[in-house]
Amino acid sequence: MGFLKGIINALADPRLFFILAVASLVVLVWKRERIAANSVGYGLLGVLTVFFVFGSFDPNFRLIVTKPDNVPIVGLIFLLVFFTWYSVREGVLNDRRIAAGKGPIEKEEADRVWVWPDLVYTEMISLIVCSVILIVWSILLKAPLEQPANRSLTPNPSKAPWYFLGLQEMLVYFDPWLAGVVLPSLIIVGLICIPYIDKNPKGNGYFTFAERKAEVTIFLFGFVILWVSLIVLGTFLRGPNWNFFGPFEFWDIHKLEALTNVNLAEYIWVRGLRTGQPTFWLTREIFGILLVLFYVFALPVILGKTWFKGYYQKLGAPRYYVGAFLFIMMMALPIKMLLRWIFNLKYIVAIPEFFFNI
Amino acid sequence: MADTKTVAPKEGAGTRLWNWLTETQVWKSIFRHDRPDTDRTRVLVMLSNVFLHLHPVRLRKSGVKLRYTWCMGGLSFFLFLSLTLTGLLLMFYYRPTLEYAYNDIVGLREHVPLGIMREMHRWGAHAMVITVWLHMFRVFMTGSYKPPREFNWSVGVIMLVLTLLLSFTGYLLPWDQLAIWAITVGSNMARATPFLGHEGPGASLLRLGDVPLIHAYDDARFALLGGSFVGEGALLRFYVLHCVGLPLGIAFLMAVHFWRVRKDGGISGPL
Ligand code: HEM
Repeated sequence: MGFLKGIINALADPRLFFILAVASLVVLVWKRERIAANSVGYGLLGVLTVFFVFGSFDPNFRLIVTKPDNVPIVGLIFLLVFFTWYSVREGVLNDRRIAAGKGPIEKEEADRVWVWPDLVYTEMISLIVCSVILIVWSILLKAPLEQPANRSLTPNPSKAPWYFLGLQEMLVYFDPWLAGVVLPSLIIVGLICIPYIDKNPKGNGYFTFAERKAEVTIFLFGFVILWVSLIVLGTFLRGPNWNFFGPFEFWDIHKLEALTNVNLAEYIWVRGLRTGQPTFWLTREIFGILLVLFYVFALPVILGKTWFKGYYQKLGAPRYYVGAFLFIMMMALPIKMLLRWIFNLKYIVAIPEFFFNI
Repeated sequence: MADTKTVAPKEGAGTRLWNWLTETQVWKSIFRHDRPDTDRTRVLVMLSNVFLHLHPVRLRKSGVKLRYTWCMGGLSFFLFLSLTLTGLLLMFYYRPTLEYAYNDIVGLREHVPLGIMREMHRWGAHAMVITVWLHMFRVFMTGSYKPPREFNWSVGVIMLVLTLLLSFTGYLLPWDQLAIWAITVGSNMARATPFLGHEGPGASLLRLGDVPLIHAYDDARFALLGGSFVGEGALLRFYVLHCVGLPLGIAFLMAVHFWRVRKDGGISGPL
């Protein structure tokens, strides 16, 4: 038992957790034909259930999972795993039909039915089921209420509401101006832009994977991995001082994590050129600044001429550049994560004089 | 065309009661059409009922399938309605001041027998965040944001933001440790807003001679909280936004959203 818990604790380490999450997305996309089988879907739900039941015997696990405000996230995990699998499965089934020349199943369901009774009754049944669930949930689980607000008593950890924990997790890698302001704004803008950037006329109004491979994969990466899985990480695996704790680990306030992160400027001036860091910020940070400018402004152009040439031609310059910029901003997070994990890199550009750190 | 189904049971006391009821003067004064069991009356019920007229008269078969819509848009709407109702009831008990806020919540939990309004409101709010996300997920996976529905997707994104803000502003109201620290962590971000937050990049450039224009007492965070920390001002601001401003905003957008679902040709489907 202890051995198994040890393994799970080790696998839940943010680095492994993230890499495993990405790996499962890769497997989902790559092996989708196999994964579309019903047994896989039920199997996944079964494994999750077994995991939570098994975990609930552990006091540390129970403590964090049954915290009233965390209960919905347990639900979210089940729902999200199910619906991710389900939508890919529906896509695969339709792709098979399309390949056989039959058109997606939705095409067969194109004829009209009466709203009364077909829809009205479906709505009424959903409404009743939903009310029952909500009422039972409310009777079984009391809403939390802690000690009265006290500004001189900071809880450790201090966590934002759960739906923002993905953003709080980003604070490990980026300063607040990026993680808390710029990137969230870009998420909103980016979502709004999706329909105007995506010019692929196929896959409108039915599940499919084959006809929208890149779109679906990018969305799954952004939504399931970067948004939801970081929320799960932030909720269940981050304890006092935002340190990492495995699901079966005791939240020890005194746990110490060595912080040896190094700025790019130090790598270059001190360790590379061995001259010591210049005092003037522009000279000191010039490499980082050039790197960031290259990433944001030159990379989309270069990609548009090489790897993404097809997209550039299909979308035209304005759509391509907006899309590429948003994509590059999204990828900034995993890139910064990797840099941190591999090189202990703290900031690429560090100008604390202006609160400007990247 | 769909085969005709009879709504009322075919025979027995129930049918007789139903038939009698729907012939009374009172019933007929309320519902200006006959029982919806023929094509004609099924059209009429949709057109003459203010609540049902959001719907079309007929829709594509996939539109009623859980398989296709996951019912997540509908559930988001239902949860919104139930949150409005339970929220209204909570407003009877709750006063948004430092003196009363916490005690009113304690009172709700200790003195209201069988009270589950607070629970229904809180769990409903969490659930709505989840259903809205899953709704967006489904709309993406069926490609339903593609023309002609681009604009409705954008409206949806704004409603998603409003849903999160509703939840965020509500989180502060119980005025316990959980509340103020979650909001403190969340709103601290605002002080790092570029140019507009006093710890944001560029803010120190905005100055008149020696006088900084952006400081802790006039920056973006101050505007959000009505103070330099989560205190009385923030409580009132969040309360007003939570109970009036944001619900009005999202209700307005929902009207647009539903209207557009209809005008864009109903639930999406392959051409
Ligand atoms: C406050 C939250 C929301 C409510 C109450 C809501 C409600 C609904 C309802 C009832 C429908 C009808 C079909 C269905 O149930 O799937 C619908 C369709 C739609 N929604 Fe939402 N929605 C919300 C948020 C969003 C969000 C966040 C998005 C996208 C970012 C979105 C985009 C759409 C689109 C594009 C359609 C048309 C889908 C189709 O024709 O298949 N909505 N919405």
